Amino acid sequence: MTSIDAADLKRMFDAIAVAIEADKDRLCQLDGVIGDADHGIAMALGFGAVRDALAPLELTATEPTVLLNTAAKSFLNAVGASSGPLYATAFMRGAAAVKGKATLAGADVVALFQAMAQGIQDRGKAEIGEKTMVDAWLPAAQAAAAAHAAGKTLSESLAAALEAAERGAEATKDMIAAKGRSSRLGERSLGHIDPGAASAVTVIGAMRKSLA
Amino acid sequence: MQTKKIINDGNRTVDEMLEGILAAHPRHLKSMEGSPRSIIARDGPRQGKVGLVIGGGSGHEPTFLGFVGKGLADAAAIGNVFASPPPDPILECAKAASGGAGVLFMYGNYAGDVMNFDMAAEMAAMDDIEVRTVLTTDDVASAPRDQRQKRRGVAGNFFIFKAAGAACERMLSFDECERIARKANDHTFTMGVALSPCSLPQTRRPNFEIGPDEMEIGMGIHGEPGIARGKLKTADEITDEMLDKIVDEMAPARGDKVAVLINSLGSTPLMELYIMNRRVKQRLDDIGVSVHATWVGNYCTSLEMAGASVTLMHLDAELQTMLDHPCDCAMFRAG
Repeated sequence: MTSIDAADLKRMFDAIAVAIEADKDRLCQLDGVIGDADHGIAMALGFGAVRDALAPLELTATEPTVLLNTAAKSFLNAVGASSGPLYATAFMRGAAAVKGKATLAGADVVALFQAMAQGIQDRGKAEIGEKTMVDAWLPAAQAAAAAHAAGKTLSESLAAALEAAERGAEATKDMIAAKGRSSRLGERSLGHIDPGAASAVTVIGAMRKSLA
Repeated sequence: MQTKKIINDGNRTVDEMLEGILAAHPRHLKSMEGSPRSIIARDGPRQGKVGLVIGGGSGHEPTFLGFVGKGLADAAAIGNVFASPPPDPILECAKAASGGAGVLFMYGNYAGDVMNFDMAAEMAAMDDIEVRTVLTTDDVASAPRDQRQKRRGVAGNFFIFKAAGAACERMLSFDECERIARKANDHTFTMGVALSPCSLPQTRRPNFEIGPDEMEIGMGIHGEPGIARGKLKTADEITDEMLDKIVDEMAPARGDKVAVLINSLGSTPLMELYIMNRRVKQRLDDIGVSVHATWVGNYCTSLEMAGASVTLMHLDAELQTMLDHPCDCAMFRAG
């Protein structure tokens, strides 16, 4: 029986910070092609700030909701930009989804994951097919929910999420950007993977590895 | 190869710049206690006046904080390089700028800025501060004419903020300030050209590639690709290409007046800007449009990018009055 507590969530955020830091240059290069080359910097800054904000928390006395809200606030204030409001909203919605729980069962983690994806979509007002991080997050959330409903374990559900995120990110190559800075490029955005979708894969990959 | 910059630490550039700016302009600027990225005009905000809050990413200096001062913006929220500030410093700016008559948020139309400023506006509403937002969309190259609301805000910010700041300074109503701000945006048109890239202080790598003999018309102030790349042309040819687009949209009649801004994106020198301005004046003379005022220099930069932009503001009596109204900012003075 899965049981994820605040310490597990902190380890998850630490793992995301490490993964994003390692991926920073690739993300900046992807962004340099169709944007302003700073996506890796913003993401590394944000998850670095989350790691620093979570470090002093007394984890045995911290509920997952509090930890997620702390993550949201620290990410937002360190970053601004587009990824700040998007990921901060994701964590705040995730926090709301698990409110009142001291530990999370598999179903709770899947609900948290879905709330994160929904938060990103609501804040950015993007739909599938507009070449944004929603193209990775939304199919990932749907895949996790479907796998969980089919009786899969949390580990299997998150693996399904990661696969769907990877497919979704890859599919952004064939999309014309309709949101964000690259939307001004029109067809010139074709053939390039969306950096926000690429970093979503990195984040989801680190979550799967850490929570599995 | 990394680009050369005079910096200490790529992650500290914005904070160290702010320290230097506050040291240079103590008469004009202060930062908020507990919110160092909120820069406030010392004698800007006051009771009964509509507050004007501007802001955005760093790397465009003197935009935004150079235009904070009496008669222009009351406060600016400062983001990381090329990144919108988060909601908290924007909210602190709104509180500082509020004189009970409403607060205008004005900034360039970019997805990140819109999300962060909108979150700050929601937070301000909870503090009983009414916020209205006017996005700047002067970059003609960034979307077709029928999608003006999708365009980016670039160097024309300077004219648009100036007009709105004057309206606020003249103690006009919230409705009037908002109307004039929107009108100023509708009357302002910018086209840019880039010759060589800029590089972020954190990476010190060029943020796009361009051939040694190439230029890109319409490139954005963060290096976003423009509308056409081609061989580098002469100053007159480049200026004509940009002015044709602007004049076509602005559609001035003979006898109309404009204000002109020739802006460097960072490393293009005044010499080249004045060569461009010479051509702008010739062309405007040809079509019978008179120049009410001209500004030439660094107004909205893109770090060390080489290139320039041309902005025209199509004036009527009201906008001319607003542009002429005195202001006293750290990096700009009028009247």
